[in-house]
Amino acid sequence: MSNPEASNHPDAGSVAVQEHGDHGHGHGEVELPEHPFADPGLEPHKPRASDIDEKVARRIERQVAALFTLSALATIGFMVAYTVVPRDAVVNFFPIGAVSASNFALGMLLGVALFSLGAGAIYWARNLMTDVEFPQERHPLESDPQTKADATAEFRKGVEDSGIKRRPLIRRSLLGALAILPLPAVWILRDLGPLPGDTLRHTAWKAGERIIDDNTVSLDGTTGKGIRPEDVTIGSIVNARPETALSSGDDFNNMIAKSAILLVRMDPADIKSQKERDWGYQGIVAYSKICTHVGCPVALYEQQTHHMLCPCHQSTFDLSDDAKVIFGPAARSLPQLPITVDAEGYLVARSDFDQPVGPSFWERG
Amino acid sequence: MTATTSHAPKAQYAPPATAGGKAAEYLDQRLGIANAAKAQLRKIFPDHWSFMLGEIALYSFIVLLLSGTFLTLFFTPSMNEVTYNGSYTPLDGIKMSEAYASTVNISFDVRGGLLMRQIHHWAALIFVMAIMVHMLRIFFTGAFRKPRELNWLIGFTLLVMALLEGFAGYSLPDDLLSGTGLRIAEGVILSIPIVGTYISFFLFGGEFPGHDLVPRLFTIHILLVPGLILALITVHLILVFYQKHTQWAGPGRTNDNVVGLPLLPVYTAKAGGFFFLVFGIIALLSALVSINPIWTYGPYIPNQITAGSQPDWYIGFLEGALRMMPNVEFNFLGHTLSLNVLIPSLVVPGILFTGLAVYPFIEAWITGDKREHHILDRPRNMPTRTAIGVAGCTFYAVLWIVGGNDLIATHFHLSLEAITWTGRVLIFVGPVFAFWATRRICFGLQRADRDKILHGRESGIIVRSPEGEFSEIHTPLSDGDRYKLAVHDVHRPLSIAQTTDANGVPAPRLRAAKLRARITHWYFGTRVEKPTVEEYHDAISSGHH
Repeated sequence: MSNPEASNHPDAGSVAVQEHGDHGHGHGEVELPEHPFADPGLEPHKPRASDIDEKVARRIERQVAALFTLSALATIGFMVAYTVVPRDAVVNFFPIGAVSASNFALGMLLGVALFSLGAGAIYWARNLMTDVEFPQERHPLESDPQTKADATAEFRKGVEDSGIKRRPLIRRSLLGALAILPLPAVWILRDLGPLPGDTLRHTAWKAGERIIDDNTVSLDGTTGKGIRPEDVTIGSIVNARPETALSSGDDFNNMIAKSAILLVRMDPADIKSQKERDWGYQGIVAYSKICTHVGCPVALYEQQTHHMLCPCHQSTFDLSDDAKVIFGPAARSLPQLPITVDAEGYLVARSDFDQPVGPSFWERG
Repeated sequence: MTATTSHAPKAQYAPPATAGGKAAEYLDQRLGIANAAKAQLRKIFPDHWSFMLGEIALYSFIVLLLSGTFLTLFFTPSMNEVTYNGSYTPLDGIKMSEAYASTVNISFDVRGGLLMRQIHHWAALIFVMAIMVHMLRIFFTGAFRKPRELNWLIGFTLLVMALLEGFAGYSLPDDLLSGTGLRIAEGVILSIPIVGTYISFFLFGGEFPGHDLVPRLFTIHILLVPGLILALITVHLILVFYQKHTQWAGPGRTNDNVVGLPLLPVYTAKAGGFFFLVFGIIALLSALVSINPIWTYGPYIPNQITAGSQPDWYIGFLEGALRMMPNVEFNFLGHTLSLNVLIPSLVVPGILFTGLAVYPFIEAWITGDKREHHILDRPRNMPTRTAIGVAGCTFYAVLWIVGGNDLIATHFHLSLEAITWTGRVLIFVGPVFAFWATRRICFGLQRADRDKILHGRESGIIVRSPEGEFSEIHTPLSDGDRYKLAVHDVHRPLSIAQTTDANGVPAPRLRAAKLRARITHWYFGTRVEKPTVEEYHDAISSGHH
């Protein structure tokens, strides 16, 4: 029992006594219980209108039946709508806007079929089924001491019969065998993937690799145009990929996940770092597009400040200063790709990145 | 066994005449079901709105199984590249994975397919939300106390499973948004010291994104995790049935009984009806409110992104943690330790979730309470527990809100940096303030209860005495209401009476006992005592009511 007062008075129930004297508040005499905090027991049941008035009960019966009928009609309506509403029809209504007519009709009808069935059942339960609450006893979950003793004795007998205590050789070899048995379940997962090796350290970029403008790439991804320095105006940004990406086929996503770059052109005087100027070409600089935080592509470029923002977690890099982190959770600059132009005047990489691109990893060093 | 059956005349056995009776007879002769039916058909369940939160979780899970089964009939879990030429023309000729193409097909070419996708997604959001709110209800009312600690752990595991299941399902369509989520997950995995790179390569079958992940996630999403969830839900419900439901304190409601209405017919109709209500509302929501329109995002390509990308709501707190964390990274003996990723995505949630899982055991150790508890606590009567819970919720809420810092910045024209910095401060200050304020509020409410017991309710009727004094008439509480307000325990801090025995030998486990005593002072040092019988009589006879 969690109530000390009540447990002091096992004969729970209040005895009303008359309070002596009048306090002049004009609200008559106060009944003062002798055990003020004792459990008075379950309150008496208050009948509902439907308990005493058969007319009310019959009205509720009709309402419940109407809800069930509505449900059945909506179910039939669902099948009709499935058949007659064209897949591509669109309905437009306030405030939702344009929605698929099929989705709207099927969803509404299914929703009404389910909702009115549920509402009917609950309405029925609340108004016509009994609402007389009654108690059921709880019994302690714990077994009584005799049962515990018997169970322990049975267990001991079983262990004794097995002889596992007397025969340590069996016990130890069994435990040893069981202990290593799950290991193959881990071993067998080895072929889930290749070992990392140094794959995270290399991208598709190499000396002379032509830079392809993403916007010129065909839908199937197999053709695209190179970029001449004069195509890149000051203040503009170009998303780009290596030329080998055009022939990468099904490996395209793996390749682009590391090799995506962006080119921006700035007034060379705005570039604060000599290294950045040297690795670029006439103010055109190429940076890895893969954020050094957790690998989202950086995307929002602020032309005036040369700030590049990652839309995922808002790491902000200053592209005029070695792409250093100026805000947000990324800890490292975006790696810069050294570029130049080839004999035909197209921008190309001078080498691969000098460091792994993308998120940090333990072996990165 | 029940009050009604014990008073009812004994039922007489007669051979069954109806078809239902004959079926029951057939089953009973093979399974002996009459015993179970006799005991359980009229099992009593207590009634309270907060007891249906777990039901919402259960029913949305059933909706998930039904709609999910439909979706598997049309979804192709493959990352092979195909060229789209279905009926959604804006994507015509674009290369995409079969997973994405089949999801677009379900949305445009399978009748009812979009509805099932939307039902599945809405149900998933509601499933996780219902689990969390249900868990908060259990926490704040102390329903996790003995004998229900094990069921708390099962429920906790279900929450973790639900989050995993949700994220796996969200990632299957291989659209731009979910692919970005997976990229972030890869970055998080890579940050794990020593084994991170290997785990990532094994999970993705090599480099990100590879071609293996969607089929692997598919197996996890439709077989492994739902199987575990189904098994755990079954055990969860069996335990609720077997241990019987908790109930609120009230007249006639004790720790040794359960007062309510019978399973047959009332809860059969109410719970069954409620399933259809939940399903119906999800269907209506799916008819009216578009969710996850993957055809507008496009297929996943690792160099593309949309500004304002947001995960499903239950991942938002991790997103906020990642956004809020300052950029700390170390080179540790030639190895990279990215605390900027490791702490927010693994350490902080690890602490939050471990705390959630073990709280019942910590509280049991502090209170030293070995009794069974079937009467729920009103949150105000356990101020420190309630304050810890609210502090935890505040911590979670700050993370969650900062997860949308970009949207807050664009919608309210605020500085993104300022929002993030506010979050960095609030994550520490917020929970402390919430803890303090919640405790104050709880004490205030307890005092109000105490006043109500002693002086009754304010009636709003002002009377003037013949002397000209104005006073408000207070209506005394009914016996039942008074009992309800005064039935709870008031815990007291422990003090250590003896640190050494007669021979001067320190008492065993003295340090733990001292720690426990200190914590009980923090927990129960400040408290509002219940009125005593004498105080009650004094209050009544002094006439201030």
